[in-house]
Amino acid sequence: MQPQPPQQRLAAESVTLAYEQRTIARDLSVAIPDNSFTVIVGPNACGKSTLLRALARMLRPTQGRVLLDGQSIHTMPAKKVAKTLGLLPQSSIAPDGITVADLVARGRYPHQGLLRQWSPQDERIVRESMDATGVGELGDRYVDELSGGQRQRVWIAMALAQQTPLLLLDEPTTYLDIQHQIDVLDLCAELHETQGRTLVAVLHDLNHAARYATHLIAVRGGEIVAQGPPSEIVTADLVERVFGLRCQVIDDPETGTPLIVPAARRARAPQKQR
Amino acid sequence: MTATPVPTAPAPAASGAPAARTHTVRAVRTAGGLSVRVEPRAVAVCLLLLALALATGIVLIGSGDFPMAPGDVVATLLGDGTAVQEFVVLDLRLPRVLVAVLVGAGLAVGGAVFQTLTRNPLGSPDMLGINQGAIVGALGVIVLLHGDATAVAVGGLVGGTLTGAAVYVFAWKRGVHGFRIVLIGIGLAAMLTAVIHYLITKANLVDATRAVVWMTGSLEGRDWTQFWPLLAVSAVLLPLVLAYGRPLRMLEMGDDAAYALGVRVERVRIVLLVSAVLLVASATAAAGPITFVALSAPQLARRLTRSPGPNLGASALMGAAVLLVADWTATNAFGERQLPVGVVTGVVGGCYLLWLLVTERRAGRI
Repeated sequence: MQPQPPQQRLAAESVTLAYEQRTIARDLSVAIPDNSFTVIVGPNACGKSTLLRALARMLRPTQGRVLLDGQSIHTMPAKKVAKTLGLLPQSSIAPDGITVADLVARGRYPHQGLLRQWSPQDERIVRESMDATGVGELGDRYVDELSGGQRQRVWIAMALAQQTPLLLLDEPTTYLDIQHQIDVLDLCAELHETQGRTLVAVLHDLNHAARYATHLIAVRGGEIVAQGPPSEIVTADLVERVFGLRCQVIDDPETGTPLIVPAARRARAPQKQR
Repeated sequence: MTATPVPTAPAPAASGAPAARTHTVRAVRTAGGLSVRVEPRAVAVCLLLLALALATGIVLIGSGDFPMAPGDVVATLLGDGTAVQEFVVLDLRLPRVLVAVLVGAGLAVGGAVFQTLTRNPLGSPDMLGINQGAIVGALGVIVLLHGDATAVAVGGLVGGTLTGAAVYVFAWKRGVHGFRIVLIGIGLAAMLTAVIHYLITKANLVDATRAVVWMTGSLEGRDWTQFWPLLAVSAVLLPLVLAYGRPLRMLEMGDDAAYALGVRVERVRIVLLVSAVLLVASATAAAGPITFVALSAPQLARRLTRSPGPNLGASALMGAAVLLVADWTATNAFGERQLPVGVVTGVVGGCYLLWLLVTERRAGRI
């Protein structure tokens, strides 16, 4: 394992993660480096979303703990966690007939109370979040009438309005066209760079992960196979170990980050197939 | 503390947004830093519904075998009536109207909570077995124990509450999810309906007649003995549910999103479900199973306010207004023949249900 970075606000400490009887991961430890754009990758059902759900305290580990600022996240008050750690779930439901501004405003919930429902600060932050995600002009539009890409920007704006230093994103590009996938990832990279937030995302596409992540965590079978900056850890050998895919790794002509080129089917040795 | 309305007209954004755009989030703020969100349209709708409920209430009190002009009704309510008027208004008709208000509001708020938690406009307590459970409880008392009216009301309350508990327990699997509440509720409703029919076949003629009358749902003969317990329940539960309106609104976006925003999802859900079940069960205990108010009032309120969210306040007023108007219709629109109010809400609500099914189907949601 790579040497641990000096500071991490969010970490899992030898957690065992299970749904009912089915154990997904055993004795797993991971730390999210502060100010990183961490991306978790791995094949389907490897436990990457489960790990993210545990980090977001949606899933309680059967053993071990998830630590936020050194405290067990499950014993902290829900609203206190929600001021530090945000999550963009894979599927959220936009209520019928809700406008963009109203939905983004819901991100302020942890900062509000029964008699403190809409402060000038709430108003300012909602406006800034909408402008930062490029939906500032859509405030009065209904969320149902937006395109998939716009809608995802609105959800991200809502998560931003929560003003958490840590933001977790569960497959934020799923169901989007390729141009909107890039659009959303560019937006995440920009938020990471300009606002200094720590981002943790689960992504399906290894090339996207290698291009955008500053810290990559490769998971297979509930275990961390490798972690570190993509340029240091992404090799043909790693891809084969994690995904069971033979490939070449070349330099991305746009960014110089590792680019995975799957081997042509004929070139794949039959005995290597799982 | 002076409250100053703050329309949140935004400064033009850096990106050069048109300054004329209106913003959807408005609030009333105090100098002390407190703020309450206000939607002008929702406030207007609430005031109109309140006016409608008041007016209908006054007309209802004034109509009957001893008709009174609205002015006399108001004067009597304010303490300026004759002895006869006071007897008719305060002892006979006012309690019935007040019971209607609380029953309508309780059913509507219960319905709004259920519909939001199940994320389904059809997910109302009438559909999910709470009413059927209350009927079984009440019929059990009538048919098996031959109890008096109070015992029947208690039976209805217990039956409805137990059914609510059963729905929650059977729907539990790593938390209770909306669609499971719907499926379990529909299943329980079907089973309880069979029990209802069985109880009626077991009954002798007198009990069976009494059972069927109770099952129709009626405000006939309701007086202060029904009002006070209902007021006690409503005075606790209505404010409680309204206070939980904000986290309930977050739950609309899915459990994960609500959880991420710091809502204690399971706790909020159980508090709201218990409150909603108790509101519906006690309304049913007081007036019998008046159908479709819980189903339609929240949806009507939402269409009028055009605001997302459970619209709890508007729903409560809508429920009260709907039930009062239905009661006036039941007692006055058919000449000498007075109908139980449940018949009117049933017929009107049935039409509404058909319309809802058609539009939901068109929208591809069912």
